[in-house]
Amino acid sequence: MDFITKLLAATIAMGTSLTYATLGEIYTEKTGILNLGMEGTMLMGALTAFATAYNTGSLFLGLAGAIVIGAIFSAIHAFLSITMRANQVVSGLSITMFGTGLANFLGQRLGPQTNNFNLVGMNLQSKFNNIAIPGLHKIPVIGAFFDVSLLTYALYLIIPFAWFYMYKTKYGLAIRSVGEAPRTASAMGLNVARIRYLYTIIGGMFAGLGGACLSLSFTPSWNDNMTGGKGWIVIALVIFATWNPGKAVLGTLVFGGITSLQFSLQAAGFRMVIPSQFLGFSPYLITFLTLSILTIANQKRKSLFSAPSALGTSFAIDEK
Amino acid sequence: MKKLSVVFLIVLMATSVVFAQGAAETKVQASGPMKIGVIYVSPPGDMGYSYMHDQGTKAAEAYFGDKIEVIRMEGVPEDDRAAVAMEQLVDAGCKMVFANSYNYQEYMLQVAKENPDVYFEHCSGYLKNDNMSNYFGRMYQMRYLSGIIAGKMTANGKIGYVGAYNTPEVVRGINAFALGVRSVNPTAEVRVVWTNTWFDPSLERQGAVALLDSGCDIIAQHQDTTQPALAAIERGKYAVGYNADFRAIIGDDKVLVSPMWNWHNYMIPTIQSALDGTWKSQEYWGGLEDDMIKLSEISPLVPADVKQLVSKKLDEMAKGTFDVFWGELKDNTGAVKQKAGEKMADGDMLTMDWFVEGVVGKVK
Repeated sequence: MDFITKLLAATIAMGTSLTYATLGEIYTEKTGILNLGMEGTMLMGALTAFATAYNTGSLFLGLAGAIVIGAIFSAIHAFLSITMRANQVVSGLSITMFGTGLANFLGQRLGPQTNNFNLVGMNLQSKFNNIAIPGLHKIPVIGAFFDVSLLTYALYLIIPFAWFYMYKTKYGLAIRSVGEAPRTASAMGLNVARIRYLYTIIGGMFAGLGGACLSLSFTPSWNDNMTGGKGWIVIALVIFATWNPGKAVLGTLVFGGITSLQFSLQAAGFRMVIPSQFLGFSPYLITFLTLSILTIANQKRKSLFSAPSALGTSFAIDEK
Repeated sequence: MKKLSVVFLIVLMATSVVFAQGAAETKVQASGPMKIGVIYVSPPGDMGYSYMHDQGTKAAEAYFGDKIEVIRMEGVPEDDRAAVAMEQLVDAGCKMVFANSYNYQEYMLQVAKENPDVYFEHCSGYLKNDNMSNYFGRMYQMRYLSGIIAGKMTANGKIGYVGAYNTPEVVRGINAFALGVRSVNPTAEVRVVWTNTWFDPSLERQGAVALLDSGCDIIAQHQDTTQPALAAIERGKYAVGYNADFRAIIGDDKVLVSPMWNWHNYMIPTIQSALDGTWKSQEYWGGLEDDMIKLSEISPLVPADVKQLVSKKLDEMAKGTFDVFWGELKDNTGAVKQKAGEKMADGDMLTMDWFVEGVVGKVK
């Protein structure tokens, strides 16, 4: 029991960052915009959060910085893919490459003079520590959910809200309409471009937050490429969650859980049952499976679990 | 509009490549100082492996003054871009090129063959050529000493070790550490998790957390970031660093000690031989006798008698009356790997793929 509780705690700690970014990408994709710039945006978020918190001493300013930079980076993507109607894949990949390079570049320039202006190796005065809720955190297994950082507690509110907003409000209906049938939505009087801009930028803010979770809480530090491909896993997790914000956390628990489990087994002296290379590609393997299952399910009948029909396509009122 | 966006994207992609590349600091000068190129796998600000190499480079710069001029290339990936970087350094007039990571070696050998009048120095590999040496240090000696400290400081006899890859270098370090632990604490065990990465803050931390969860009260590591040590300290446990002085970086005495490198003790003599024209290709594996490796200052939390024991063992190794892999050694299934009274050959150490008694875990 204790083993499972600890395993779950390790999974939640690591998965917080992934969950934020996954929620963000779900909202973006639901409007029909595919943002492959998550990796770069998350890394820029991690860098900005750490640099701000390090230089000002305020964790919350760090968070704010990450949100702002996430908004800026996704606004670039929104401009390219909505206003310019550029290829969303190319634009997203550019954001990732640009963001990754820029973050590593700035990481060597925003630190203190005593460390050659390098942020690597610097420590924060504080970080988002785990806060245990008295009584609750002692419960076996479930207790793991009640000894987490503020950033994780926030998710307990954000996830249900994100689900409610998407499926039970007129705003959510607008998002889904724009993502499913932009022409119809436009005819109904919705401003497709504005909605897409809004949620692409919000999605970027969440990606920035996801990065901040790493540099301010989970691995409080700045390191080049510290996101280590999490932005790509997010793209897979969105599909695994079938674009449902309520399920965003599922993939995080499954994939984070597999990683934590293999470390726990190793620490207990077992042979490494799952090669790490397998873990590396397993999110994508499960993406294949999910996509196949979704396709089969959709052939039977129009499923609720399918990708937004207009995902990745540009839209203009004056275009037939 | 579409054309404009395409142009914009091209510019964006082009600039991102520029940002992604390590910046080469090139200075053009006529003649005079010997130009030396240095290639690092990460920026020296990593406070780890490349940082320590750069300390060596800086010491060489200070020692030789205006007799040499160093061109650094940082964060060069271990693929064909490494060969390009080496060629750029040669084109910039470098007479000597150092590269500090294992997977550079194939590229270095290829560039070395094409440039027979340039001296190449590769760290941590095994390939060589008439104009290419390889060099490394006997870090296992320091791992052993840090093991003594860990063995004395553990309360429950469970020590965790976060390992990068199951290469002979890492396995040798774990074995030496475990032998040090067991020399003072014969029932203690060293538990190993592999992250399969030199550098990934999240995975390194997760490995350490799993070890801590399984009851380990000290975390040692063969990784490039301070995350394993930080994970231990956040739980009030002890840590053993690596590469640089983690106690200074983290600022916590619960980092008991860090095995460290002294690269300048190789770089300065070898640069001198290049200046003198006496440079010769070699396979160099230096230890205490050459002062290639050292221990950081030991934490004040470690009792004085333990510090004395460490310096005693250090003396013995320096004098050659004791070394880490002298028999009898058994592996962790009980099979004798080195008979009593025999010293392990370098070749066996360089290909080590088994764990000594006391290590929990599997190499493969």
